[in-house]
Amino acid sequence: MSKPVIETRKLTKRYDRVVAVNNLDMTIHQGEIFGMLGPNGSGKTTTILMLLGLTEPTAGEVRVLGLDPARQPLSVKARVGYIPDQVGFYDDLTAVENLMYTARLNGIPRKEAMKRIEEALKRLGLGEVMDNPVKTFSRGMRQRLAVADVLIKQPGMIIMDEPTQGLDPEGAHEFLNIIRQLKDEDITVLLASHLLHQVQAVCDRVGLFYKGRMGLSGTVEELARQYMKGGYRIELEVEGDRKAIERALQQVKGVTEVAYLGRNRYEVRAQGDLRAETARAAVLADGRLLSLNVEAPSLDDIYVRYFQEVEHDRVKQAA
Amino acid sequence: MTASSKQLEMSRRAREGSPWTGLWAVVFKEMADLLTSSRMRILEVLILLTAVGAVYAAMSQIRESIGRDPFLFLKLFTVSKPPIPSFVEFLSILVPLIAISLSFDAINGEFNRRTLSRILSQPIYRDALLFGKFLASFFTLALVLTVIWLLIIGLGLIGLGVPPSGETVARLLLFLLATIFYGGVWLALAMVFSIVFRQPSAAAMASLATWLFFLIFWNILAGLFANIISPVRMGLPQEVIAQAQWQIALARFSPTFLYGEILAALLNPAVRQVGLGLLLPLLPQGAIPGSPLPLAQSLLLIWPQFTGLIAATILLFALGYVLFQRQEIRA
Repeated sequence: MSKPVIETRKLTKRYDRVVAVNNLDMTIHQGEIFGMLGPNGSGKTTTILMLLGLTEPTAGEVRVLGLDPARQPLSVKARVGYIPDQVGFYDDLTAVENLMYTARLNGIPRKEAMKRIEEALKRLGLGEVMDNPVKTFSRGMRQRLAVADVLIKQPGMIIMDEPTQGLDPEGAHEFLNIIRQLKDEDITVLLASHLLHQVQAVCDRVGLFYKGRMGLSGTVEELARQYMKGGYRIELEVEGDRKAIERALQQVKGVTEVAYLGRNRYEVRAQGDLRAETARAAVLADGRLLSLNVEAPSLDDIYVRYFQEVEHDRVKQAA
Repeated sequence: MTASSKQLEMSRRAREGSPWTGLWAVVFKEMADLLTSSRMRILEVLILLTAVGAVYAAMSQIRESIGRDPFLFLKLFTVSKPPIPSFVEFLSILVPLIAISLSFDAINGEFNRRTLSRILSQPIYRDALLFGKFLASFFTLALVLTVIWLLIIGLGLIGLGVPPSGETVARLLLFLLATIFYGGVWLALAMVFSIVFRQPSAAAMASLATWLFFLIFWNILAGLFANIISPVRMGLPQEVIAQAQWQIALARFSPTFLYGEILAALLNPAVRQVGLGLLLPLLPQGAIPGSPLPLAQSLLLIWPQFTGLIAATILLFALGYVLFQRQEIRA
């Protein structure tokens, strides 16, 4: 594994009586795309603000690119690009003027800035409209402008808060491709979102946030294996003796659960892709196999299961 | 002090780099925005009308005294021809309005455009953003006022055909400076409200309400409070004076009143006493009325008022600074 670029230890933020972030331990490595998932109010944005030194932690430690954001906010902010939730621009200024302001705030000399701005705008498909005022831009164009805006400072890491919210499916798809390209340049991307399938499509690892804690983290497959036990759902349609078939399916190694759905259909929960094994078992039990389907574990399943379980635990603890 | 707050204190003290990193980038950008904004167009028209109207009125009043009055040029600013008010009367209304209109949406405007978190995620401190915005508004205000000032002097030169004396120019320069700082107070106030209120309209209303309060009600209230604190029971002169002194002391909390005192002393060299002199014109002034004071003496007279205006500007800015540093930037 490459070196960690973000490390938090027992990071805590309290607002009056509300604990927004609670003893958070998080490690993110160079060049990976990490997805922070969680419902609204689970502490994602507060964590991001602490990573950037825009809010001071109540307790705990943060290291971003080896720097402490509370002590060295300028160095951190010079190296980390941040695309906030519902990012805004100065509507009356053109795209270039908006980015020029960012460049000046970063202390980039004018000539160099102009070069970088043109490059970034062209790369994000905004070359044609770079001298138009931003008020004429669509939501998707603004979002791409926001990426151009952070690329100006040639960041080592980009943090995005709900970047695809409010984009149409095509815009969102395009945006995910942009994120993948960033990864190719060895830029670490931290993504906070609650749009699960998009996160699943693009992230190397994810962390599930709930009430200021990161409950689970890892790749989607890891989470499915650890957490869902039977992550894969296989559906078979078999004609034959129900009891015999059920027994045969249960005996396949790796199967955790078998359920009869009616009309000759069976649902098998398994730890891996056991299509071949279950089909064989069904046939050996004198069944006539009519159809076979597999569903890989989706982040939605993990997410729903996880939150059901934490809620359940909480109710149990309260009782 | 707990361990964590001590740690926090340490980290604050050890903050890297200058708090003014990026300050000039903010100032230039904000000034460019202000100068090209539509509110600036409106102000320009307003200014032009005011200057021309006031000078025209003053000119027709003072034509006959040309050649006799050594401070003719000052009259250009102070003489009125009812119903048109004099230029300084115009100014004491116009300056707060200009100042408020320049900064009532300084911070909450960034919030509403959702640019604040993006700007603060650049390698600058909040200090630079706030101070940069203040300076930009302040410079714009100074620019506007200097333009009116030059306009009037130019019109005066053409209309009167007499160049102003050196002392007149010095008095006018100080008058310009005082006017800019008088505007600075309202600028800082509107900025504080732009931090406190998320709605620019609420900030504008609060600023205007404060201004109206000082313009109209505070003098009345000062009189009432003075009467309560130090009532006139026997009708003795010292009682009357004590009450008047209280009234002035209270009235001086109003920047409008301070500005009025400064104008009186700077633009009318014959004024030998501000405050009491303004309220009780019949009081013996201990000097031959009509003989003008030298500039240094006039300045001495209103020095406390002058520094008071500057101090009020700085205090209000400091208040805004503290509020802004504590504000959470998330929307």
